[in-house]
Amino acid sequence: MSDTIEQDAHGHVDTIQLSAELVEAASVASHDVAEYALWLGDDSLVLAQNLGWWISRAPELEEDIALGNIALDLIGHARSLLHYAGAESGRTEDDLAYWRDEPQWRSAHLFEQPNGDFAHTIARQFIAAHYLFELYSALMQSTDATLAAIAAKAVKEVDYHRDHSIQWVLRLALGTEESRRRMITGLSDLWPFVEELFVDEPLIDRLEGAAVRPSSLRGAVEAAMFPVLAEAELDVPRGFISSGGGRRGDHSENLGPMLAELQVLARAHPGAKW
Amino acid sequence: MVIMAALARPRPSDAASRQAWDIAAEVCDPEVPVLTIEDLGVLRSVAVTADGTHVILTPTYSGCPAMEAMRDDVTSALIGAGYENVTVELVLAPAWTTDWMSEEGKAKLVSYGIAAPTGHSGVRPTGTVRLQLAVKCPRCSSLNTRELARFGSTSCKALYECRDCLEPFDYFKVL
Repeated sequence: MSDTIEQDAHGHVDTIQLSAELVEAASVASHDVAEYALWLGDDSLVLAQNLGWWISRAPELEEDIALGNIALDLIGHARSLLHYAGAESGRTEDDLAYWRDEPQWRSAHLFEQPNGDFAHTIARQFIAAHYLFELYSALMQSTDATLAAIAAKAVKEVDYHRDHSIQWVLRLALGTEESRRRMITGLSDLWPFVEELFVDEPLIDRLEGAAVRPSSLRGAVEAAMFPVLAEAELDVPRGFISSGGGRRGDHSENLGPMLAELQVLARAHPGAKW
Repeated sequence: MVIMAALARPRPSDAASRQAWDIAAEVCDPEVPVLTIEDLGVLRSVAVTADGTHVILTPTYSGCPAMEAMRDDVTSALIGAGYENVTVELVLAPAWTTDWMSEEGKAKLVSYGIAAPTGHSGVRPTGTVRLQLAVKCPRCSSLNTRELARFGSTSCKALYECRDCLEPFDYFKVL
């Protein structure tokens, strides 16, 4: 008896439950819900991995800490979502993070885009945080109690991320000539990846009520972003639109190298714990 | 108000569980060691049954790394007090909010040098540039302070500076 307790005391937290009532009831997702949880979990994990690069490299110490904190929140969301997604097939969150190859990932291209310069990262954060805020706001009403619980937790944190990105968009766009030039470039380089966030894949038709229909988010996301762009005296970029395909496993060229870095340690030392 | 108080301090009603609760409630946050997990509102439930002792904690932030330490500390405290079959579970719903922090906890925070959350969750101002209530300097009580960084030394804190005593300080953000 005491052996199991000792082991438990030093084990790592790999079982985040949603609520006491849900533990027995509905903590295993159906196949479709698991796939949907993978979409959301992969978006957060990929973005967190990208943001982590800035730690020790951000333009000032406070910003270094801000981006690190945002990445940490996103890893928290990814853990809850991947834990839920994996339960259906008997896989842990670590199995999903470290042992899937590129075609099995479901992240949208926006999240995979490289950090670029600081303005690129801020442009990506601006779009991502607005999208995630509206997504989780709507997902709180999901008929799937687990997804609703994760969303209710995440939305409050993502609200701070949104705020952070807005402050920087304004500061860079209305700052020096150079910072404005970079903000404009960053925004126009990232904008082609907005469209994919609002594409309804066939999976969504099978999850009416449980999932949020991506196309339904466009109005709210744009209504929140456009006034900020106007205040920053930035035009909404036009032109090239990425064909996307991340939800089907078709990824940009950026995901492969990122996964190599994310997964190398776990694959070189299978079962290693730290 | 009664409902809010019950949510914030869900101390069990049966004597055996209440005794175990009081032991678990002594465990402190490793990052803010003046606050107990009860002050924080992180301790959600303690139940002593014939099968063992079951504790439920809720994370402050989704990615908070202090949760693992709190979980270990609760387990050790209860085992140390003779409880058997101790299980500690993390639950996400209902989502934690700074509204659950006790008044006593807020006072302890301030005397430790961290400004306590101002106002309530869910009524955060909106708009592109948000105004919020002034944060009082925990050292000199001046309201003439400014935010240096919204993300501070841990997920739950922002970094401020006082324009009167000129000292920087942490502020526990409203969530």
